[in-house]
Amino acid sequence: MSIAAPAPPAPSPSDPPPGGRSASATRTSGAHLWRDAVVMSHRSIRHSLRNIDALLIGIILPVALMLMFTYVFGGAISPEGGYIDFVVPSIILLCAGYGAGTTAVSVTTDMTEGIIDRFRTMRVVSSAVLLGHVVASMARNLVSTAVVLTTALLLGFRPSAGPLEWFAAIGLIMLFILALSWMSAAWGLVARTVDAAASLSFFILFVPYVSSAFVPIDTLPTWLQGFAQHQPMSPIIDTLRALLLDGDAGGAGWVACVWLVGILAVSVVASALLWRRTRR
Amino acid sequence: MTPRPSARRPSPPEHPVVDVSGLRKSFGDHEVLKGIDLSVEEGEVFALIGPNGAGKTTTVHILSTLVRPDAGRARVGGFDLLREADGVRDVISLTGQYAAVDGLLTGRENLEMMSRLGGLSRSESRRRTAQLLERFDLGQASGRRVRTYSGGMRRRLDIAISLVTRPRVLFLDEPTTGLDPCSRSAVWDFVRELADDGVTILLTTQYLEEADRLADRVAVVDDGVIAASGTSEQLKAQIGSSRLDVGFHDGEVESYPTDGSVAGVHGALTRVLSDPREAQSVDLRSPSLDDVFLALIGHASAQHTSDHTSAQQSTTRKAHTS
Repeated sequence: MSIAAPAPPAPSPSDPPPGGRSASATRTSGAHLWRDAVVMSHRSIRHSLRNIDALLIGIILPVALMLMFTYVFGGAISPEGGYIDFVVPSIILLCAGYGAGTTAVSVTTDMTEGIIDRFRTMRVVSSAVLLGHVVASMARNLVSTAVVLTTALLLGFRPSAGPLEWFAAIGLIMLFILALSWMSAAWGLVARTVDAAASLSFFILFVPYVSSAFVPIDTLPTWLQGFAQHQPMSPIIDTLRALLLDGDAGGAGWVACVWLVGILAVSVVASALLWRRTRR
Repeated sequence: MTPRPSARRPSPPEHPVVDVSGLRKSFGDHEVLKGIDLSVEEGEVFALIGPNGAGKTTTVHILSTLVRPDAGRARVGGFDLLREADGVRDVISLTGQYAAVDGLLTGRENLEMMSRLGGLSRSESRRRTAQLLERFDLGQASGRRVRTYSGGMRRRLDIAISLVTRPRVLFLDEPTTGLDPCSRSAVWDFVRELADDGVTILLTTQYLEEADRLADRVAVVDDGVIAASGTSEQLKAQIGSSRLDVGFHDGEVESYPTDGSVAGVHGALTRVLSDPREAQSVDLRSPSLDDVFLALIGHASAQHTSDHTSAQQSTTRKAHTS
């Protein structure tokens, strides 16, 4: 059984024909990536819309948290009122973080089903699958952020941001969702079961409690202050609060951006490596 | 049960469409493939049969670019499996053991999505989807989410999805496992139609009857190597041209190979009569693939497989091979 004789249709990569084959190959793979990413985003968004339970939690959770912090805790924390202005930026990020965390569940679900094998046996740009999940997560969480904001405004949230601040605030929220969605995608590749994947959402849900999200850091016990000050949620929340309420975040804005871009970069690289590893 | 004419599409014999030599693969300490050699001609239906864990699925996974082999060389459709994986992906489709369909999407959406990923334009995708829904009798269910489909419908959709890009080589990994007899025969019909269209098909199966009905050539895989290969007629001929099944008084059935001649049958009967147990009935028949399987794989594992494959044979059958 000789396989030395090359069959006619086989293009050999060792001898690129004249005319810049590599350039055209890059172009087609760019076009492929775009097409595959669009198809996969479409798929993931459909999943989001049809996953009724998750969709309802994504809408109900923010509203419930908002009501709880305003009416249940608000009076105790700040009897003279005004706590709502302090807490809304935190709830926006809390909910966006939780929502982005559910990306891990979608990714793990995919990985444990046969459909990924189907994609792998087709000429599908491999990153498109994850890209689709991240795009759907962006869409889902921008909608839930809008729900949070609308509820907040109805409850008496009065932001004092100008157009430029709003622009920056929305940019920060989008960067936050993007970074956490990629982080979740990476976790989704690590997690072996859907339950393990879901644990990330709860982790994201709890981290903000030990930060400047709900109480000023100087009210925390001393041993917690160090962690609270230096964990990423604090500068991100301080920045968003400053943008929406016309305050001064000092250098927090830069710190927040460095954290988010860092998380994003590490997560994208990690997902690429993990994706390759999952090829058996 | 008539053997299908092989090589419907003429193809130079020096360029088999699937050409594999020395394929090895271990998972941890466990060596699953110990050097698989096989070649499949264009337009052929080729079946890999073997007990669970023999390496059939791993072979198919390697040939469809899902798993990297540890050693060995393979070309599919003229493309090198390792260096030109994307070229291989362009000419193949895999229908795996577990339906690779999206349960949250409808049947139509599944087909359209896969057509788009396969490089068809929007309008081409819609046309191809309509064709395949019709051909696989899924038109009525096309607007329902696949999660609500029965096993047979899922399998039909799965095979339909494999055809959106009109593959040259189709891998079917246990295409009828877990299907009811009706769905099974529907899948067999589709496989035969595809073969008539000139698609090369490499299928794995535990059902010897399936291999016998569908395949031009069969390879028996056992413990990571090809134990035998050829047309099912050739394989059957290897173990004698006819067999004498003898029913004993205690309910056991034993099968004796003969060369089909009067003297041969007489010799076998002499052996039967010398058995201390009381023989009740005899039946002279042609060998089946079951016999080949039993002869090649040995009694223990084959018994297990034949529990699956020949439920109609309620009595124990022992293989006497010399």
